[in-house]
Amino acid sequence: MSDRFETHQHDVLIVGGGGAGLRAAIAVCEANPKLSVAVISKVYPMRSHTVSAEGGAAGVIKPGDSLDEHAYDTISGGDWLCDQDAVEAFVKEAPEELLRLEHWGCPWSREPDGHIAVRAFGGMKKMRTWFAADKTGFHMLHTLFQTSLKYDTVIRYDEWFVTKLLVDDGRVQGAVAIELMSGKIQAITANAIILCTGGCGRVFPFTTNANIKNGDGMALAYRAGAPLKDMEFVQYHPTGLPFTGILITEAARSEGGYMLNKDGYRYLQDYNLGKPQPKPVLRSMELGPRDRLSQAFVMEMEKGRTIKGPYGDVVHLDLRHLGEKLISTKLPFVRELCLKYQNIDPIKELIPVRPVVHYMMGGVHTDINGATPLPGLYAAGEVACVSINGANRLGSNSLPELLVFGARVGRAAAEFASKHTTPSAAILAQAMDESRRLRKQLLEKTGGGERIATIRDEMQKAIENGAGIYRTGTSLVETVTKLRELQQRYRNTVLDDRGLTFNTELIAAMELGFMLDAAEAIVQCALHRTESRGAHQRTDFPKRDDEKFLAHSLVYRNADGSSRVEYLPVKITRWPPGERVYGEPSQTKDAQAGR
Amino acid sequence: MTPHEAKGATQYTTYHPRWYRTRVSTYWWLGKWYYLKFVLRELSSIFVAYFVVITLLQIHSLSRGPEAYARFEERMRNPLMIALDAITFLFVLFHTITWFNLAPRAMVVRLGGKRVSEILIAGSNYVAWLVISASVAWFILR
Amino acid sequence: MAETIQLEVTRYSPEHDAAPTFQRFEVPYRKDWVVLDALNYIKDKLDGSLSYRWSCRMGICGSCGMMVNGEPKLTCATFLSFYAPDAVRVEPLRYFPVVRDLVVEMTDFMVKLQKVKPWIIRKEEKSIADGEYLQTPQQLDVYKQFSMCINCMLCYAACPVYGLDPLFTGPAAIALAQRYNIDSRDQGAKERMDILSQHEGIWACTFVGECTEVCPKHVDPAGAIQQYKLTAAKEWFKSLLMPWGAK
Repeated sequence: MSDRFETHQHDVLIVGGGGAGLRAAIAVCEANPKLSVAVISKVYPMRSHTVSAEGGAAGVIKPGDSLDEHAYDTISGGDWLCDQDAVEAFVKEAPEELLRLEHWGCPWSREPDGHIAVRAFGGMKKMRTWFAADKTGFHMLHTLFQTSLKYDTVIRYDEWFVTKLLVDDGRVQGAVAIELMSGKIQAITANAIILCTGGCGRVFPFTTNANIKNGDGMALAYRAGAPLKDMEFVQYHPTGLPFTGILITEAARSEGGYMLNKDGYRYLQDYNLGKPQPKPVLRSMELGPRDRLSQAFVMEMEKGRTIKGPYGDVVHLDLRHLGEKLISTKLPFVRELCLKYQNIDPIKELIPVRPVVHYMMGGVHTDINGATPLPGLYAAGEVACVSINGANRLGSNSLPELLVFGARVGRAAAEFASKHTTPSAAILAQAMDESRRLRKQLLEKTGGGERIATIRDEMQKAIENGAGIYRTGTSLVETVTKLRELQQRYRNTVLDDRGLTFNTELIAAMELGFMLDAAEAIVQCALHRTESRGAHQRTDFPKRDDEKFLAHSLVYRNADGSSRVEYLPVKITRWPPGERVYGEPSQTKDAQAGR
Repeated sequence: MTPHEAKGATQYTTYHPRWYRTRVSTYWWLGKWYYLKFVLRELSSIFVAYFVVITLLQIHSLSRGPEAYARFEERMRNPLMIALDAITFLFVLFHTITWFNLAPRAMVVRLGGKRVSEILIAGSNYVAWLVISASVAWFILR
Repeated sequence: MAETIQLEVTRYSPEHDAAPTFQRFEVPYRKDWVVLDALNYIKDKLDGSLSYRWSCRMGICGSCGMMVNGEPKLTCATFLSFYAPDAVRVEPLRYFPVVRDLVVEMTDFMVKLQKVKPWIIRKEEKSIADGEYLQTPQQLDVYKQFSMCINCMLCYAACPVYGLDPLFTGPAAIALAQRYNIDSRDQGAKERMDILSQHEGIWACTFVGECTEVCPKHVDPAGAIQQYKLTAAKEWFKSLLMPWGAK
């Protein structure tokens, strides 16, 4: 790593090349073709985690459905913690964005007459989920990536890792990044930076998230002084395969799959989720919202009615009664995953499943256009919290979210970038400091002797114990202490790898640092929110408390590395908070509240 | 803009002199039956060509009268020629079979919106082959 | 004592080595472990300096393609139990320059991907307000198979033509071009034909067919290329017979 320091300059720099990042890049090009746009990503864009999303993307398009109903489902599903102005913009723009993707070539599944087909999805009262077989995220990402290739002004930095945002004069002006291929540390300056790095599922031991989801963008923003919002809301997906965390999509249940305990009993009927019907009923039983299904698992486990497996407790997902024809035409990917990774054939056998961490409702605090409170810094996708997901995201809302807010953030950043110019000299000095820090703290460090994997395992265990599906004040305080200890020990990590070329251990070390910060933010927010709402369930405060907590948590990093939590009221436009009830008895109540 | 042309990201795309490249061995096709089969199939075209030339010569001598044809037949009775013809026959057979087996991959036939199965396409090739061979045999041997 | 299995892994550092070598590791053997799990075990417990790419561990991101006992494989979908009790040899993808250990250089592939114009080309774009382009399930079915490519590059590692002539556009890129050519919404087949009918395009392919054999997503790039050759030949004949009809 030489002292010769290279810098690159762009108008807009997008960190992350997944769905939101690529949509934002295209939006910048379309808003102002003269701007130079760079996409920097630690993996080649088509490797991004958007690729793994299976089920679908919600957008109102069919007669008999309405934007208000989509908005209401989203808001009630989010336990009234969503900003309703953002939700209204979201549901309005989602169908347009999905159509745009159709025009760009996305192979959406079709009706026999050639129109877009939609399917039912958990938490949605009407059928409005667009899908591309059961590889929706894959097709969306590849369509976006391939479409982005036609824009000549998009410059890609593939396999570059951003280590720090450069802030001067109260404005984000650039970033320091390592090129994996050479190990060179360089500064990239930009008038506007958009974070599209996804969530931080890897903080937890059981997760559907890919290895690359380490909360990079969250930690970068947090360290740069931007607040993180609603980090305590962590969505579990009720049906992941144990060990691998591979997700069995909700579609398996919307096609009619059953959740069974060790006695073969559809246990969800014991948890206020309606009564079993032979055919799937929207928002009832197996199609209830994800958080309620995951919580039911924990209670079932406490009653000793789950099945003991080699990787802990599981319940069974039963698809056998659906028959071979339906499974191989409607759920081929589910069958393929079970056969390939678990050696189970869902046509003949029960699938062992358990709740696994799936999605972060929280993220970098942004407004409706993706702007953070820090001028020049923007965010969109899972890394951001606008918030349309509130305390619990509805299935099939995240894919349209990254399109709608990817496009919005691209337009907003383009406008901001055309007004501001030239980075200050102080930025380059900061970049040099960062380069020295990386070398001293990581590459050239001796002594210590902590291994990355050890600290990572302990962190995952600690956060699962303290801030899992159910939390208590005591368990959270224990986790805070443990995380402090791990932060200390993290400073003693020593790398086996001193090479410059493609040093993946160096990257893993920095990712661990980011994850520790994300974990801290999650635990702090969870500790301060003394109520239960959506995905945040406190056994010591089991009731929702709208008096005190109809508000977003904002966690800031203090200069000394500690954190503080503040609150920001939720924006309510047309839907006053109501009871969140699922299953049959609620139908009339929900209909009334929705007007 | 391709990364090659991009101003910012040029460095990583220019080949690093120290990146290791393995040379492809001259005998790469011996490593695996699949590759060997491929090379044999390519090789078989020579024999197919030889077969065509012989057939042309045969027709040529036929057109020049019974004596010329007798000379041609005499030459063909040479044991060396018979051995060569036997090998040619095997290669042409190999060529035909592999060709028919690959045909469905290049030819997509759709009936009523559904793709006709590969076995059906290859099968119809084989059936046509048999029918033509049988009629030729009937024509010659009757 | 738990069962173990031997892994022979390529090690190469451009900073220190002139040529790659093999290093042997002993890792726990488990029936539900894939080769990638064994590599992760090495990186976490034995030697943190081992470099390789991976991400989703569910066969969809396309990162973890390597040579396993000489065959191109997605290591996340290749069980150790298939090889046990024998040792498993893991090498970087064949025919690509090796950057480090199991990491190959893939810019060449990325450039080729872009060259074939893998996006919808239209003479006139429909506005969003006018809704979707209608496409029946049958029309979708025509190109669906070729849209499943995850860019894992196993087909390049299986293609001796690419090994011998690195200029060859290659299986995945051509299949992707064909995916757009036969999409009922696309009108760019002519533009792509100019690129693909060049010597390094479809005509370099000698139909070895191994690309299709190794494809983890059943894309059938070999089929795509042959179908394209047929189309190109037909176009050529047409332009020969009716030169006034061309363009």
